Amino acid sequence: MDLIWLIPLLPGLGAAINGLVGVRFFSKRTAGIVACSFMGAALALALYAFWQLLGLPAEAREHTVRVAPWIASIPLQLSNGTVGRFFIPWGFRLDPLSGMMILVVTGIGFLIHVYSIGYMHGEPRGGYARFFAYLNLFVFFMLMLVLGDNFVVMFVGWEGVGLCSYLLIGYWYEKKSASDAGKKAFIVNRIGDWGFIIGMFLIFTTFGSLDFREVANAAGAMPTETASFGLLSVITLLLFVGATGKSAQIPLYVWLPDAMEGPTPVSALIHAATMVTAGVYMVGRNAVLFSHAPMTMQIVAVIGVATAFMAATIGLVQNDIKRVLAYSTVSQLGFMFLAMGVGAFAAGAFHLMTHAFFKALLFLCSGSVIHAMAGEQDMRHMGGLKKYMPVTYVTMLIGTLAIAGIPPLSGFFSKDEILYRTFLSNRIIWGFAVVTALMTAFYMYRLMSLTFFGAYRGPAWDAGGGHGHAAHNGHDNHGANHAATGHGGGGHGGHGEWHGPHESPRSMTFPLQVLAVGALIAGFVGVPAALGGPNTIEHFLEPSFVARAVVAGPSTAHATNTVPALSEPASAGESKGETAGTAAHALETDAPAGEHAAEGTHEMSWWGEMALMALSVFVGVIGILVAFRFYVRSPEIAERLAQRWAGPHRVLSNKYYVDELYEATVIAGTMASARGLWVFDARVVDGGVNGTGWLTMFSAWFSSLIDKYIVDGLVNLVGTVLEESSFVLRRLQTGLIQNYALFMLFGVFAFVSVYLLMR
Amino acid sequence: MIITTTHYMLLSAALFTLGIIGVMTRRNVIIILMSIELMLNAVNINFIAFSHQLQNVVGQVFAVFVIVVAAAEAAVGLGIILAFYRNKETVNIDEMGLMRW
Repeated sequence: MDLIWLIPLLPGLGAAINGLVGVRFFSKRTAGIVACSFMGAALALALYAFWQLLGLPAEAREHTVRVAPWIASIPLQLSNGTVGRFFIPWGFRLDPLSGMMILVVTGIGFLIHVYSIGYMHGEPRGGYARFFAYLNLFVFFMLMLVLGDNFVVMFVGWEGVGLCSYLLIGYWYEKKSASDAGKKAFIVNRIGDWGFIIGMFLIFTTFGSLDFREVANAAGAMPTETASFGLLSVITLLLFVGATGKSAQIPLYVWLPDAMEGPTPVSALIHAATMVTAGVYMVGRNAVLFSHAPMTMQIVAVIGVATAFMAATIGLVQNDIKRVLAYSTVSQLGFMFLAMGVGAFAAGAFHLMTHAFFKALLFLCSGSVIHAMAGEQDMRHMGGLKKYMPVTYVTMLIGTLAIAGIPPLSGFFSKDEILYRTFLSNRIIWGFAVVTALMTAFYMYRLMSLTFFGAYRGPAWDAGGGHGHAAHNGHDNHGANHAATGHGGGGHGGHGEWHGPHESPRSMTFPLQVLAVGALIAGFVGVPAALGGPNTIEHFLEPSFVARAVVAGPSTAHATNTVPALSEPASAGESKGETAGTAAHALETDAPAGEHAAEGTHEMSWWGEMALMALSVFVGVIGILVAFRFYVRSPEIAERLAQRWAGPHRVLSNKYYVDELYEATVIAGTMASARGLWVFDARVVDGGVNGTGWLTMFSAWFSSLIDKYIVDGLVNLVGTVLEESSFVLRRLQTGLIQNYALFMLFGVFAFVSVYLLMR
Repeated sequence: MIITTTHYMLLSAALFTLGIIGVMTRRNVIIILMSIELMLNAVNINFIAFSHQLQNVVGQVFAVFVIVVAAAEAAVGLGIILAFYRNKETVNIDEMGLMRW
């Protein structure tokens, strides 16, 4: 476990090799193998570390490795007047939450790398290596994010994944819409990061540390801010602003649907399974802070359910297969935040994990479909693909049932847990969440229906002369084999020679099958008690969400003697008695304090819980049946409804005009202020500069006048005076020798006369 | 009649006056130079006369000295005049105004 720092480093190494060498020299095969093998190594290491973590007793499952100091201790004044040490090590911490995250990131990341080998086959050689370099780099930063033991290391990963997201969304940068989408994602994320970084500043000035464990312990010792909107509420709200940016929540969700411009594996890995869950992870990581700020929790829950509801309604009417999934992702992220907001941190993290499985699966399936349709993404031009691509169909059906919450698939357990905890907390929010679940089932099955059921509505293909349909099937099988051996074409471009929809190559279907198994069984780690399950995951994750004294095991001591750690036993010991005592049931006692109707008093009966469960299954089934009826049995119903409700339909199709609203307010405002600043710059600043120049020129001119007329005049005056006076005096110099002699004679006479007369 | 110092002084004054008049009035540089010699010799007569009267040999020494200086002066002066003549083809003193402003 002391080697956990290698887990992020391995993909980073892969990125460096592919990015620095591979882009120029590697063949596609080599680039793919390099990327996948580094990912595989990271996965193996992560599995090993996780296994070791499981071997520890539950209360000792927290292991910190400090590789090197990063920012040496800087004394900084804290808000309480004392001087704190701003010390940031390159520290990595493995605990249940980050352990789960590294498994999700490396596991799903590895599968998506494998999938990309097939999906990106049509790319040129350099672009292929570039793609894998970015993908590896992303995994590197994502693992930094989840493994970092303090806010700053996490922030490095946080920004890094944002960068990689930008690079990968804009992977086809020649396409205007793709590069625009990349910029949009990057800029919207910056708005959120503003909140995050301010939150970090506040945390440091408040607690004097940015280490997660120390902050959690210190916050755990503070009173819960039930009545007033205090410092913790402000901090958590700022952190949540960061989370809304990264995890695409209202009001910063607009970038995620546009991010679908990137290649589909990117959408699956970054914009469904891992990066967008970073916000959820961050909230979970700071669960102690959040549970001490019930007002922020309330906001988180409301934002979460509002996002879930709004995105689901938009998802109902979208026609682009990836956009439906994108809104579905936004919606499911809303569910996760809802869970966080009602204090069900473990449930949220559980849903994060199951969602990573089934949403990555769904995205990869949609990529497979797009691949098969030679880049077509509009579901209206698909249909009836069931018989052409059976593997994709079956796996996607599993994913759909999982997200719809049909037992015993993974989505059921996690979503039901969230709904249950929400019901205990707030009935109105719960109502919205149930409606959202209904819509989720509906739009997902609508997607399935439009894509796989019904009649084929896509473009015709060259069936090879006069072959009939039956003959074509054979041809198509051939095409599938052909594709597996290297034909295939990129998901975006188009096949040089398209043989109609075909099953994807082995490298793509294999990850689908693995993920489908994951989507099937991942939920069993969280079977709730009501169904006789031990709810393993909740008990497993719980230590990550509570304040606790630092576990000073021998392995930690090993880490501390290589690098000066800043764990000071003084503060830990001080709060130990209090925090350790509450640790066991901190989640139960802290979170629901305040308006979140204490769960202890609201504990439901077994029957009630079963009824809720049945209800959530029921809405899932209803959603599926309605979609089946609308889009498979009698497609005209959907048309008719769309016409009847033309107004709302248009609003939904245009995504509530939120983009237009932002365009009109934020963007126009920014542009206007930029223009105003430009005018200010051009007029006032430049005017000042030009004025200075003009003033200088004027004074120089003035000074030249002085120089010319006064100084020069004085000099000339001296000359002139001398010249004029000499004009008189030079008359004496006649040049006549006898004249001079006469003067001498007179002089002698004069002297002699004077001499004689004076005697 | 006894020739006294007064007679010598009168002779000397007459010669000196002649010299001055020559220097002041003539235009030929050579004549002027000769007039200067005349004045020097008038001075010499004075020196000798007083030397005799005062029975002091210094006056005679001085007279010899003056003769040497006069000879040098005549040599230098004639040289200058010769050089000037080669350039300007004249010895008229009125045309010697080269150094004037």
